[in-house]
Amino acid sequence: MTTTTTGPAPASPGPGAPEAPVRDRADVRRQVRLVITFGLVLASLVVFALLVDDPAFTYLLGEKRTAEFVPKDGNATYISWGAVVIAAIALVLAALDRFPRGWKGALLGILVGLAFYAGFLMWAYTDQAEGGIQVFIANPIPGTIRIATPLVLGALAGCLCERAGVINIAIEAQFLSGAFFASVFSSIAYSSLVFIPVALCAVFGLLGGVLAGVLIAAMLGWFALRYRVNQVVLGVVLVAFATGLTSFLLGQIPSDHKETLNDPQVLEKIEIPVLADIPVVGDALFNQTLLVYLMYASVALVTFLLFQTRWGLRVRAVGEHPKAADTVGIQVNRVRWQAVLLGGVFAGLGGAYYTVGSTGAFDREVSAGTGFIALAAVIMGRWHPVGATFAAVFFGFMWNLQNQLSFVQPVPGELLGAAPYLATIIAVAGFVGRVRPPAADGEPYVKE
Amino acid sequence: MSETPKDPLGPGTPDNGDQGQGTTTQGAVPAGKNDAARNGAGRDRDLTSWLPTVVDSIAAVVLALLVGALLIMFSTPRVVESLSYFFSYPWDFFKFSGEAVWDGYRALISGSIGSGTAWTRTLERAAPLICAGLGVSLAFRAGMFNIGAQGQILLGALVGGFIGFHYDLPPGIHLLAALLGALVAGAAWGAIAGILKARTGAHEVITTIMLNYVGRFTMLYFLGKEALQRPDSDNLLSPPVDDSAAFPTIAGVHVGVLLAVVAALFVWWLLERSTLGFEMRAVGANPDAARTAGMSVARVYVSAMALAGMLAGLAATMTVLGRQDSLTDQVAGTVGFDAITVALLGRTTPLGTVLAGLLFGALSAGGLSMQGAAGVPPELTQVLQALIVLFVAAPALVRGIFRLRGQGRKADVMATGW
Repeated sequence: MTTTTTGPAPASPGPGAPEAPVRDRADVRRQVRLVITFGLVLASLVVFALLVDDPAFTYLLGEKRTAEFVPKDGNATYISWGAVVIAAIALVLAALDRFPRGWKGALLGILVGLAFYAGFLMWAYTDQAEGGIQVFIANPIPGTIRIATPLVLGALAGCLCERAGVINIAIEAQFLSGAFFASVFSSIAYSSLVFIPVALCAVFGLLGGVLAGVLIAAMLGWFALRYRVNQVVLGVVLVAFATGLTSFLLGQIPSDHKETLNDPQVLEKIEIPVLADIPVVGDALFNQTLLVYLMYASVALVTFLLFQTRWGLRVRAVGEHPKAADTVGIQVNRVRWQAVLLGGVFAGLGGAYYTVGSTGAFDREVSAGTGFIALAAVIMGRWHPVGATFAAVFFGFMWNLQNQLSFVQPVPGELLGAAPYLATIIAVAGFVGRVRPPAADGEPYVKE
Repeated sequence: MSETPKDPLGPGTPDNGDQGQGTTTQGAVPAGKNDAARNGAGRDRDLTSWLPTVVDSIAAVVLALLVGALLIMFSTPRVVESLSYFFSYPWDFFKFSGEAVWDGYRALISGSIGSGTAWTRTLERAAPLICAGLGVSLAFRAGMFNIGAQGQILLGALVGGFIGFHYDLPPGIHLLAALLGALVAGAAWGAIAGILKARTGAHEVITTIMLNYVGRFTMLYFLGKEALQRPDSDNLLSPPVDDSAAFPTIAGVHVGVLLAVVAALFVWWLLERSTLGFEMRAVGANPDAARTAGMSVARVYVSAMALAGMLAGLAATMTVLGRQDSLTDQVAGTVGFDAITVALLGRTTPLGTVLAGLLFGALSAGGLSMQGAAGVPPELTQVLQALIVLFVAAPALVRGIFRLRGQGRKADVMATGW
């Protein structure tokens, strides 16, 4: 955000005429945007609150009804009007130009977002028709984490590549091949390689996913760095190539060999002893598969690598100004190769989610375009691993919400289906705005 | 038409003949041979600069077909079986593979250009690819990566198709109305991404990807309405357009194919001869310089995306008004994504896009008969298409493999970066 000059202007011409404080145009625009946003939020929250006839609803702290998690009853009145109050406070602050900046502002913004979410849920889940299936508000965190896992991993791959100055549109290709080979590896390990214990077959599948992801990354690096192919072209082509090749290979698996080649073992959930006992979030975050834990670790690892190590500094240097990096003795293409290949590891893991991480067998285009959404997350997160992670989690959250709400009456299904994408457009257009990619992103480096 | 004083592309030299390639001649041009060509007469120069491109492209196609031959071999059960006794009787392996590859590629050629119906099929498949590919090319030239052709096609199909089967109009007017509806709907959907980029800076890659999905759900929403439901079907399926709204056919090919050619000519004129096209290329090359020169970058973004959407809408009419397909959420097939590949293979020029679209149309039509006649899996076509683009984009690799002499052209760089 640009700096502002509120308060009296430093050089006022006369003592008798205090000049109105000069404000930056961008600052005024920010205020207008906030007032409009909060005004809309407040208006819809009031409507939601007024539309509730019978304030009784049921909620569940887990994702599914189990012995541990039983539905409890709640009263919507307090929550609905509490949300209204929060939105009203934010609106007043914005109207008086007292809305905080920096992390405080972000926190308040998130609070308003949560208030909107809560008010919306109250409207959606109360007044359900009698005699229908019982619907309750389930904990959104487990589903969000599940959906976000491959997106986060893919976005990390994108961040690594693009910070090093190599555009990676081929995340989808890495997902597809990772998914396919994870399935194949896990199936082979289970059916043919007797020395691998059954429990480790799925983990062996992850290895296959990583290998396939690295292989696509190697193709990306080879053509982009060795032959200096336009990287946008390359990415699009690799996606087409991987889509065709995985479908082709899937078609080549004879039906009598399905169980040896495409019937993988799926990753088991692992409960982390103490952490999983934290109320509400514990079971959601720490009773997940190995892949999810790898995802947590990857975010920390990539952030650490990029911003705390010498290697990360080099990666960012070759992505911003390769010539300067070369001048101080960094081998530009070697660093780019390393970043691209390491990115392949994460994207391959992300691809493995679609087979051994979730449903099992590989199917045609099993990742269904999520690689492109991971790409969008990279841009939305401004090429920063943590930002990209938040973008991916945001998307996972919206997607999960859509899944959960599909059992509830008031919202039309198609609008619900489009909601995650609309929300992304609104978020990008309204709050992320203009982004600045790494300066040398997509430009091959030729040593003179 | 365009005045040259505000010319941010070139250094203002009188030699404007090279302007069309302005964005692609970056990098160090090797001295010597190329300079000699540059000094030669105009026709000569054209020949020498085109020849390596043609040679490279043909070599790339050949290389892709060779890799495809390998895939055909290993997807033929007989060949794989003969591998098990390869060392005792190798001849079988070669014989069977030769037969498999020969059958496959003969079916590919006869199914794409071997007969009148084959040509019809090729042209009808190429037409939407060309139109949507032109849209992607146009946006590319203005410095934008339009992944949203898919959504734009869906919206165009929805509106064009609805006008086509819901209203009763006299023959010529009905067709015009449906065509216009599709164009306007596609343009509007494309313009959203342009407006968002111009007003808020939202990246067009994100917005067009998201708009693709939103377009699909919009389609599903309207397909659920009574007015769009085909009476005798339980699926989400609309009736086909009335005959009065369908493209007339000439010699078995619907007129839409001609429209695709007209569209290519229009895009060429727009980019090379009009002020707006000049501004688009200027913004694509360097938006800051264009802004400094007094052009409205926002206007260029919006108009480029609207025109791109319009061309995608035209692509929609090829299926809906041309082949008279019913509306479903799958009506666009994969045209929107293949269009990106077509545009990139065609180096984002109108002529290149037409040729690439024809090649892809032929591969797609031939792939069908490969599957039918020779039992080659249909996915092979997709792999072939990807390989061709890959090899065309990497001339150094192809030249290395075939030991072709000469410098060849530089790996050209269009729209690097985001």
